[in-house]
Amino acid sequence: MTLTAADDVLATDFDRLRAHVDDATPLDVERALRSPRRSLADFAALLSDAAGDRLEELARLSHETTLRRFGRTIHLFAPLYLSNECVSVCTYCGFSADNEVPRRTLSPEEVLTEARELRARGFRHLLLVSGEHARIVSKDYLVECVSALAPEIPSISVEVQVWDTDTYRRLAGAGCEGLVVYQETYDRDVYAAVHLKGKKRNYDWRLTALDRGAEAGMRRLGIGALLGLQDDWRVDALAVAAHARALLRRWWRCEVTISLPRLRPAAGFEPEHVVDDRDFVQLLCALRLLLPDTGLVLSTRENPAFRDSLVRLGVTHMSAGSHTEPGGYASPSDAEPQFEVSDDRSPRDVAAALRLAGYDPVWKDWERV
Amino acid sequence: MDDRLVIAGREFGSRLFLGTGKFPSNQALRATIEACGTELVTVALRRVDPTATDDILDAIPPERVLLLTNTSGAVDATEAVRLARLARAAGLPEWIKLEVTPDPRYLLPDPVETLKAAEILCADGFVVLPYVNADPILCKRLEEAGCATVMPLGSWIGSNQGLRTRAALEIIVEQSLVPVVVDAGIGAPSQAAEAMELGADAVLVNTAIGTAGDPVAMGTAFKLAVEAGRRGFLAGLPTVARVADASSPLTGFLS
Repeated sequence: MTLTAADDVLATDFDRLRAHVDDATPLDVERALRSPRRSLADFAALLSDAAGDRLEELARLSHETTLRRFGRTIHLFAPLYLSNECVSVCTYCGFSADNEVPRRTLSPEEVLTEARELRARGFRHLLLVSGEHARIVSKDYLVECVSALAPEIPSISVEVQVWDTDTYRRLAGAGCEGLVVYQETYDRDVYAAVHLKGKKRNYDWRLTALDRGAEAGMRRLGIGALLGLQDDWRVDALAVAAHARALLRRWWRCEVTISLPRLRPAAGFEPEHVVDDRDFVQLLCALRLLLPDTGLVLSTRENPAFRDSLVRLGVTHMSAGSHTEPGGYASPSDAEPQFEVSDDRSPRDVAAALRLAGYDPVWKDWERV
Repeated sequence: MDDRLVIAGREFGSRLFLGTGKFPSNQALRATIEACGTELVTVALRRVDPTATDDILDAIPPERVLLLTNTSGAVDATEAVRLARLARAAGLPEWIKLEVTPDPRYLLPDPVETLKAAEILCADGFVVLPYVNADPILCKRLEEAGCATVMPLGSWIGSNQGLRTRAALEIIVEQSLVPVVVDAGIGAPSQAAEAMELGADAVLVNTAIGTAGDPVAMGTAFKLAVEAGRRGFLAGLPTVARVADASSPLTGFLS
């Protein structure tokens, strides 16, 4: 038996799966569409051009599956940026250490002020985000921030640099129940090419972070890939799906969510490989059919009209009214945002759009015990 | 016909219990509660937010409907007990639907932790309605622990697969001294009727109503089905014969 979900991912034959995307026949697609329990090979077939010809059917199945499991609800959350200090150099990120941009780190008191502002806007689930700086954004600092928020915010997740099990245990103990770590890309070569400096260069340490978090008591595990890093989006799609399945099998008490942000322009960065809307929808629906119970997260990187359309296709979690720079909600400054937001509607307007579509915006879905 | 269901000394005119997840809006939930005539509605404490403007509790008329707080999200007995006590501290009724579901995918109940939590909560004065797998022995153990009902599943939560556990449910109904509420998996009014016909005292439905194209109309359909099934059960259903029952019996000459 392997020891971690990361091991299971590394043991997966992705070349064979990728080849199956290309050689999938209409019959393979038919079988994948009809199967009550789908395999990764079925998922590969659903990513194929042959499945693309049946996109409407795929969308209908995805809608029905999501409706049965999640009902007409969408969970809303907000990212709260703690700091844009970063020692890593990543080619696609506004926080990258080599960008000469205004930097800012919120004090725990300022973090609480931000959280209260978000609470006043309706949010009860916050995702704490920061750049990677082990001294300025230290483990003690993160534990302090979570502890400050826990009495007032029912649900807290973190998306920060990866840590060891003990640190995750401290964070969970302070009241953080969600850990989000995007592998960014599962392709080792591309990973090395876009992560030029810093601890983030260590691919395996990052891949195993979710295993450490789950072992430490995190209940929600968020994974994802940045679509557009790898020129063949299907490679990362297959890997993220395999990772989700591995996590679900090994850490069966945990909820898993998947986010597939399409890269947006950031300071000095224009994405090279853009995944088009049709492909993105096909991927979303295929993921839903492979993983009927997994939360699919959509960020404000996508534009309002597209986000509104995706609500019926399998998305279950959305951020809204996001600011991607530290202090952006309660004390705006010139600090550099991580990426440009595409949907700049207020949380209230996003909630209204959801209601109009016949969906209940869910702000609170957790009670810390 | 006076056929009232009594649980822990409280009478219920309706044998349809309603879950509140998955509805498109609080307004739809409110209208469905009215239409289906339910008198017991369960809400996850994790969804309750008294500080919010349009909280889920606002959809439930307290004068007519009993609020049954559930411990959804609890992964073990300790958490379930804490959630129940939080509900009590918030001034909610002391009726608890005990859910201990460590697996967030199939949401299957943990029998060991459920029994443990039930023992603590019953001793602490709560009225406990535990959600369990259709396990006849576990149901007897929960009854002995002091639970007010048992709530075995028909099939997995939200699966709409109906009474996959029918054979075990029949044993539970046969043996139980407390009301049996079939909970989870009921996906169509006909399946609710089936549960009532086999002798269940009530059913709890959520997904099939909450995700219907018209939740209000579906709530009404379930109301009628539960009543029909119950009446069929009380009337004494004919047994199903494996062969034709000859109208001219072979031994007729003996009489």
